[in-house]
Amino acid sequence: MSTATTNAPQKRSFTAAASVYVNERTSIAGFVKELGRKAFPDHWSFLLGEVALFAFVVVLISGTFLTFFFQASMAEVHYNGSYVPLKGVEMSVAMASTLDISFDIRGGLFVRQMHHWAALLFVAAIGLHMLRIFFTGAFRKPRELNWVIGFVLFILAMAEGFTGYSLPDDLLSGNGLAIINGMIKGFPLVGTWMSFLLFGGEFPGTDIVGRLYTLHILLLPALVVAFVALHLVFVVVHKHTQYAGPGKTPGNAVGPPILPVYAAKAGGFFFIVFGVLALIASLFTINPIWNYGPYDPSPVSAGTQPDWYIGFADGALRLIPPGWEFVWLDRTWSFNILVPIIAIGVFIVLALMYPFIEAWVKGDKREHHIADRPRNAPTRTAIGAAGVTFYAGLWAAASSDLLATHFSLTMEGVIHALQAVVILGPFVAYFITKRVCIALQKKDREIVLHGFESGRIVKLPGGEFIEVHEPLDEYERWRLVSFETYEPLMLRPNSRGKITFGQRLRAGMSRWFFEDRIAPVTKGELEAGHGEHH
Amino acid sequence: MAQDDHSGTEIAAADSSHAAPAASPGTALIAQDAFENPGFPAHRPRVTDEDPKREKRAQRTVYTLFYLSIVGSVWAIAAYMLFPMESNNVGDVRLNNLFIGLGATLALLGIGFGAVHWAKSLMYDVELVDERHPIGGSPETQAAAVKVFQDADRESGFSRRAVIRNSLIGALLVFPLPAVVLFRGLAPQDQNPIELLSHTMWKKGTRLALDPSGAPIKASDVTMGSAFHVIPEGLQDLEHGKLDEKAKAAVLLMRLDPKDLNELPDRKDWSYDGIVAYSKICTHVGCPVALYEQHTHHLLCPCHQSQFDVSNHCEVIFGPAKRPLPQLPIAVDDEGYLIAQSDFTEPVGPSFWERH
Repeated sequence: MSTATTNAPQKRSFTAAASVYVNERTSIAGFVKELGRKAFPDHWSFLLGEVALFAFVVVLISGTFLTFFFQASMAEVHYNGSYVPLKGVEMSVAMASTLDISFDIRGGLFVRQMHHWAALLFVAAIGLHMLRIFFTGAFRKPRELNWVIGFVLFILAMAEGFTGYSLPDDLLSGNGLAIINGMIKGFPLVGTWMSFLLFGGEFPGTDIVGRLYTLHILLLPALVVAFVALHLVFVVVHKHTQYAGPGKTPGNAVGPPILPVYAAKAGGFFFIVFGVLALIASLFTINPIWNYGPYDPSPVSAGTQPDWYIGFADGALRLIPPGWEFVWLDRTWSFNILVPIIAIGVFIVLALMYPFIEAWVKGDKREHHIADRPRNAPTRTAIGAAGVTFYAGLWAAASSDLLATHFSLTMEGVIHALQAVVILGPFVAYFITKRVCIALQKKDREIVLHGFESGRIVKLPGGEFIEVHEPLDEYERWRLVSFETYEPLMLRPNSRGKITFGQRLRAGMSRWFFEDRIAPVTKGELEAGHGEHH
Repeated sequence: MAQDDHSGTEIAAADSSHAAPAASPGTALIAQDAFENPGFPAHRPRVTDEDPKREKRAQRTVYTLFYLSIVGSVWAIAAYMLFPMESNNVGDVRLNNLFIGLGATLALLGIGFGAVHWAKSLMYDVELVDERHPIGGSPETQAAAVKVFQDADRESGFSRRAVIRNSLIGALLVFPLPAVVLFRGLAPQDQNPIELLSHTMWKKGTRLALDPSGAPIKASDVTMGSAFHVIPEGLQDLEHGKLDEKAKAAVLLMRLDPKDLNELPDRKDWSYDGIVAYSKICTHVGCPVALYEQHTHHLLCPCHQSQFDVSNHCEVIFGPAKRPLPQLPIAVDDEGYLIAQSDFTEPVGPSFWERH
């Protein structure tokens, strides 16, 4: 390499000189050569993960600004800032400094609101990104571990959100902490002491804001940054998935090169996400703590809601029927708190493990780089719809009081209806979704076999009207036929002549997944179809 | 040694394409006469590729967007100076927020839309095709990696010297424990949470006072149907721990028609002429039960909608809570003020493990 540079012509642009300078000290040329012209598959749904990443960058930038002004202390002061209605009110330094950021630092409210909106968008985009991954089967080998990493990020993002929400020490966030305190105390054996240690004594104490601050700006962000980095490294190692299309095969990745087109689009998209968040922050108030006032254990306002991503947990608490708490062995067992926590825990573990479960059922050891159309994996799509319904039911329950007041319903009626949604809804959603998927697959088959409706009506000599169907071109057809189906597993004795329980379970699950299936049209079928009339 | 390893991986990487064994497709159905991939359709040029006028216009759009971004940034800086907010007027804060924000929005969206438009309309519209290689690399690389661990194991004796290995694992398991113990310091050493949770500030003779003023309440001031937010007298004068005490001692005081009160036999003397006092802290997860419906005598917790029936000693009639709100026994002193007969007779607030 060094000989090449000495032979280089005398006149060299500054860029070339600079890159040679950097490369001779970092060996970065190999990296650029390897990555710079990689093809990056393109689709609007691939942007959801980017929205999450870019929202996180905005959270980091705006949050760093806020740390210069926020003081995480629960020492009591009398507020003496610009917001007149609260002048002289006793509050913590945390609350007072948050008010100062909003009312005494120019642009402070803008950054604070952008931070909060970006955090909400961050969690929302992660959720949508995960749905995209799930419904297109993009978690299949070799991406199972990246699904797990993404899931960890989802949970970390919610933890970041909750710790941040609690920092201003206003009435709403204090009530949120009171709920957390009550939930922790409901844990068997360790609950009382966990609460005691977390709050540094009795609730609310004077330590919790400082401790949450350390989690919020040090520990959790470090973990998020580390997992994001790992997540992206795996995206590079695996190369991105792509949707089926002419020319696209499981063995290639097709798309614009990273430099320049992908970089320009993704870089531009970062500024668009940033800009939209800035627009929202300048137009829409969020978390107006000056309306809530400082935390006080006695008052509470009706109809208050947690940030959206905590809703499902809060809703789960609301749906428990009366009386699920017992004294047994001289100890209190709070099943009204444990059951929601366990139910959510099981839900999260099942979703986390789903890629491994599906891989075990299929026994498919190949790498998959072509994303499925959701209809072509009816059982998976139906399971996803059931999970979404379960989550949505819990989430709606967090607004049970607002649903009751806005639609003039009884509180009890809303709760009972949502209990039904959470328990029965997933089964209904599963059934409907699976049938819809299979119906759509049948429609696809019909289009491939008989062509699409051209809208041209022809009158036959006998007086009969028919609509002319046009055959698909081979590119359109390829989109509809390029998928695979699986058949149920045949139970066979193993080498020792036994059928194990594991095999039985796998065969049962395989039957559940693949008994109802629609195979793609083959060439033979299409030709046979042409043979018979119409 | 190191050199060998390096050359080994490079050779392996170079010929990885033909070495990968076919992985099992499991229960996948592989159709024999499936359609073949038709290959890439013909490239369709964009209008900006064919029409120089459109190309010019796209170029003009892109640089206009970038210039607009500069305008936005300058605007945001100007807004910082032109819209001060030191007047104690909330309207000024709103203007400052709005105009700095809109400037920043223009600055950011100008760059964003400009870059994306540049990429979509002017940069070469080529799609590249990359070959994918098995993620696991070639069998040679995998074998080389296994050999590294085998060599390391042989040279260190990690498997062979089991005593050394197991003692090391033991030491590694135990060494973080002191650090865990250090976290006991998160809460004071001389306090016992169970003890603290079992008592509040209320004691015999403590006057019931209004929240937040702290003024004591006369029984004659509590009119029929009214409800008061109550704290123990003296709470506001505490030097520290005010909120901790309030979080346990907050009480709701209500006056019902004595006919409507269905009192337990052992609590007959806990009320005074229809005036009853109950803990305000929900027995579910500890929100303040702050909503009182006067004509039904129901208390509603706004957090999770547990409902308590005041006329029936605050038993739960709906929602996730189990236990009734604890009742504070009250009486009237010589001057006519309401006082507590004692502390609560059970812990207030959410359940905890040691409660029984």
